[in-house]
Amino acid sequence: MALLEVRDLVVEFGLREGASMALDGISFALEPGERLGIVGESGAGKSVAAFSILNLLSAPGYIASGQIIFDGVDLASLSESALRTVRGRRIGMIFQDPMMTLNPVLSIGEQMLECLRAHSNCSESEARHICIERLRQVQIPSPEQRLRQYPHELSGGMRQRVIIAIALLLDPQLIIADEPTTALDVTIQAEIMQLLRELCDNEGVALLLITHDLGVVAQLTHRTMVLYAGRVVEQAETAALIRAPRHPYTRGLLDALPERTEPGRPLNQIPGSMPGLQSMPSGCAFHPRCNLARARCQSESPALQHGVACWEAAC
Amino acid sequence: MGIAAQSRWWQPRWWQRWRSSPLGHSLGRDRIAQVALAVLLLMALAAVFAPVLAPFDPYDPRSIDIMNSELPPAWVDDADPQFVLGTDAQGRDLLSAILYGLRVSLLIGLCAVMLQALIGITVGLSAGYLGGRVDVILMRAADIQLSYSTMMVAIIVLAVFRTAFGAQLYSDLAVLMLILVIGIAEWPQYARTVRASVLAEKQKEYIDAAQVLGYGRLRIMFRHILPNALSPVFVISTVQVANAIISEASLSFLGLGMPVNRPSLGSLISSGFEYVFSGSWWMTVIPGLVLVVLVLVVNVLGDWLRDVLNPRLYKGS
Repeated sequence: MALLEVRDLVVEFGLREGASMALDGISFALEPGERLGIVGESGAGKSVAAFSILNLLSAPGYIASGQIIFDGVDLASLSESALRTVRGRRIGMIFQDPMMTLNPVLSIGEQMLECLRAHSNCSESEARHICIERLRQVQIPSPEQRLRQYPHELSGGMRQRVIIAIALLLDPQLIIADEPTTALDVTIQAEIMQLLRELCDNEGVALLLITHDLGVVAQLTHRTMVLYAGRVVEQAETAALIRAPRHPYTRGLLDALPERTEPGRPLNQIPGSMPGLQSMPSGCAFHPRCNLARARCQSESPALQHGVACWEAAC
Repeated sequence: MGIAAQSRWWQPRWWQRWRSSPLGHSLGRDRIAQVALAVLLLMALAAVFAPVLAPFDPYDPRSIDIMNSELPPAWVDDADPQFVLGTDAQGRDLLSAILYGLRVSLLIGLCAVMLQALIGITVGLSAGYLGGRVDVILMRAADIQLSYSTMMVAIIVLAVFRTAFGAQLYSDLAVLMLILVIGIAEWPQYARTVRASVLAEKQKEYIDAAQVLGYGRLRIMFRHILPNALSPVFVISTVQVANAIISEASLSFLGLGMPVNRPSLGSLISSGFEYVFSGSWWMTVIPGLVLVVLVLVVNVLGDWLRDVLNPRLYKGS
């Protein structure tokens, strides 16, 4: 049985001009221990998808329809107090900017202790033991001293390790990582990726990795899902997707990688930009930017078939 | 060793914490703040240990001899050296009365501000974090409260209370009543300040992170947002303590505060004021000076705190 199954999830934002769809019926499944990447440009709905899994959309966003079945329970219809036993305990989350995600006035130890106390009733000495153990697992040197320190005393990479340690504190089954390395420099990025990969392998934790960096996805995930304007446009094994992208958007994203451009030539890019929620084009949302677009693309929206949603690629 | 060794495993050593904090750092180099803090501590100690320090007990009618009335301070001719600051119209030793009065003034000032802070912080935190209708209702209540001046509310409440329950009960409950009146009249200052910084903190990612970790609303409000929203609270607290002391003094001066037999600084000034023109200036001038110095040092510390805690004003190291 899948650990997480999202079925026809529709997320709307209630704006003054009327509701507009941020996620338009996305579905996917995640097996225990599997690593799934969600990629797309800014505004594709990646982060909205992550927050809606935890049912933590902030107003004016809300889940309009669909199911989010985690371990047999529909999170979309769970009460707030029941959700709190899932958040942090069974699903952990890692955010983009490690400078902002830790509370500046609490020491590392206090923040870890608080998380343990909120979800389990272990004694203080047990808690200390677990905290040190976790910090050691994320390869933080001299963890005993770190517990006393405040976030501002640690570097960015170190903080992201602490955040990963907190996410892992209660042995969750799933970790949602929302652009976990975007704010870090490249060498630290590689270390954090390596660490995440090892931790997920060793602990058997499933990972939902949200990023706009296909390189990161290629290193870390088993399967990849490409989002465009709130819809899944392609879903495939990561290796196959990188080798043979089928949707013109995926192809565009891959071509835009700097290593695919000959030296000295301008970088490839997809012309135009992601449409706003208020100005969604008719038919396939990608057609104004697509070089394969036909008349049919402007009027009818393609459904996801055999892992790709495109009139040209499907046949 | 000592205290440092007792700190828990998740706490930084308190001394390092103080030394590396902007407060400790800045206090080390700001002479004016050091002096103000020293004077304030001295006054606070004098107030706390008033029963030990004071040569007479001004609350005990037996220690008062009417024959000693209106004696000038010790440095003036024909003074009685046993009354260092002279005596008042009833023959009370002024030094003792001032020490006890300082006690009353500080007690009322601090307690009233604590009450203001308690109400204001709770209201501001709820309004800011919960938002929506709660926010509208609470902040309109604050606006209404602010549209009455503190003195007006205080005078009406105290006057009505005294008429309704009689002077005897009034003088028994005067301290409590002053704390309640000054505390309730000024809570919106806190509510507005706290709400504004809560609104700013609420947007930050660590609050999302706290929600993701499955913490409840109250825990997020009081443990995560509140400590981050406290710096402006410290700053206004100092100003509010000074204001509360002045409010109490003003009310006592108007005859609505502390009764004459248990004087605060304000009532000392007030009761001495009648004798100013007969040449007994010390009865009103000396408590007046004490009040001015007290309010001044509190305000100086408040200014210093505001400069240190406001990151925009950081001047280099």
